[in-house]
Amino acid sequence: MAKSKNWGWYALFVLPLLLIFVTVVIVPFLIGIFYSFFDWDGIRANPMVFVGIENYLKLLDDARFIDSAWITIKFTILAVISVNIVGLTFALLVTSKLRTANLARTFVFMPYLIGGLLLGYIWQFVFTDVFAMVGEITGFDSIFFNWLMHPDYALYALVIVFTWQMAGYIMIIYIAGIQSIPGEVIEASKIDGANLWQRIRKIVFPLLMPSFTISLFLTLSFAFKIYDTNLSLTGGGPANATELFAMNIYNEIFGYANYGYGQAKAIIFFLIIAIISLTQVYMTKKREVQM
Amino acid sequence: MKRVKRLIPEILLVLVALFFLSPIYIIIVNSFKDRQSLYENVLALPDSFSFQYYVDAMDKMNFMSALGNSLYITILSVIIIVVLSSMTAWMLARTDNVLSRVIFMGFIATMLIPFQTIMMPLIQSMNTIMSTTGIPMLNTREGLIFMHVGFNSAISVFLYHGFIKSIPISLEEAATIDGASKFGIFWRIIFPILKPITVTVLIINVISIWNDYLLPSLVLTDKGLRTIPLSTFYFFGEFTIQWNLAMAGLMLTIIPIVIFYATAQRHIIKGIGEGAVK
Repeated sequence: MAKSKNWGWYALFVLPLLLIFVTVVIVPFLIGIFYSFFDWDGIRANPMVFVGIENYLKLLDDARFIDSAWITIKFTILAVISVNIVGLTFALLVTSKLRTANLARTFVFMPYLIGGLLLGYIWQFVFTDVFAMVGEITGFDSIFFNWLMHPDYALYALVIVFTWQMAGYIMIIYIAGIQSIPGEVIEASKIDGANLWQRIRKIVFPLLMPSFTISLFLTLSFAFKIYDTNLSLTGGGPANATELFAMNIYNEIFGYANYGYGQAKAIIFFLIIAIISLTQVYMTKKREVQM
Repeated sequence: MKRVKRLIPEILLVLVALFFLSPIYIIIVNSFKDRQSLYENVLALPDSFSFQYYVDAMDKMNFMSALGNSLYITILSVIIIVVLSSMTAWMLARTDNVLSRVIFMGFIATMLIPFQTIMMPLIQSMNTIMSTTGIPMLNTREGLIFMHVGFNSAISVFLYHGFIKSIPISLEEAATIDGASKFGIFWRIIFPILKPITVTVLIINVISIWNDYLLPSLVLTDKGLRTIPLSTFYFFGEFTIQWNLAMAGLMLTIIPIVIFYATAQRHIIKGIGEGAVK
């Protein structure tokens, strides 16, 4: 009696969310794997043709997809480096004893809240009109020109906007790490005569390794999944030069109506993200054991 | 002399932070300028403060309707997420059996799935639900809320679960002996204790749902249902050349975020930090 009553409570508490979760996430994920083995144009009246693993084999010969993969990797590497350098620098600055540190922290974190789509539009104006104008006035038109029209610079523009968005977020993680370093350690090193750079290099950086791992992998998976900013800043242009992975999948499915083939790309996308994230979990666990 | 030396790094830091926000400055000053003075000097302050472009942008973006939709969708989704995921997490954490562990692992594992992997089959299965049961899952705000709840449940359950594990069980056991029901125990004793993590869950979800573009763009097709990111997207599709109007539109969309940030800044920074590190 008591037992069945407990099961009733269990169902009441767990089932509503579980049902929504299964409908929205689990079922579509499983159907998605199924779709990736078919050739289909997304129109319900048209037949779905089973093609086996052909969609996956086709990926290897798809030049635009391979290009997109390379651009995404290039973007991700640049973005991870840039976000972490800017984020860590600001974290070191705002944890110093300056009275204006709080104000600076507030400012730097702000872009993270604005959302990728809006950020892209804000910077579109900066890179097209402001840059062109600054170039005209100062004469440095080899640096200040419309970056979004140039295949390489358009990607760098995307890196800058992504850095602007994520630096504040990553800064928060580094701040937490810096604040957990015991004050006595720093004091002791000061007494021993270590200068600022020595203190940062020999004490702060080694003790920051856990925050470093978290930040690295967070930026890695965020950068790899970027879509909104890509859409609003460059729209994939000029001439597909900045069409990153997520956008390539979207265009394949909804733009070219290759539902099955696009879904195969989406599954590959998932596998890469999963590998990145699982490596992070593994690294973090391993470090916890050591400490 | 020593005071001056102390002031220099202070001023430098403020200057760096201000430079960091300079794109916002550019948006603000140009939202007040007419086309000609905008192209004369994009960095200069405007000669006069006319709110004409704000009025125009508000009209062309259908801003009030978009704001209403965004508020409705975000607030309702977040309330449902907090209620359901806290209840689920508590039951899973306090019932130690195989079923609980499997369900919990199911939530955690799916956090690896990027949205692009499920977007197409999601819309297909929502279509199927619509045609077989008649429940309007697509092109309704309530259908979108349902999907937001599903997508944000994993991280929310995860955060609650971790917090609940750190609460001593003795409190609940005392209440059980007193004969209180599970429902009563949860809402009267447990939920108030969860307040700090509830704030974190609220903030993480508000930010992700408010700014989400891709899911609403696939679900909502009616003009009247557009959220702020959606109406911004369509606004830019139509008016890219008129930058002063576009700037005013962008300012309008940023204002609600600035208000949110100004009122809950400390909670937001703390919440984001906790959500990221866990």
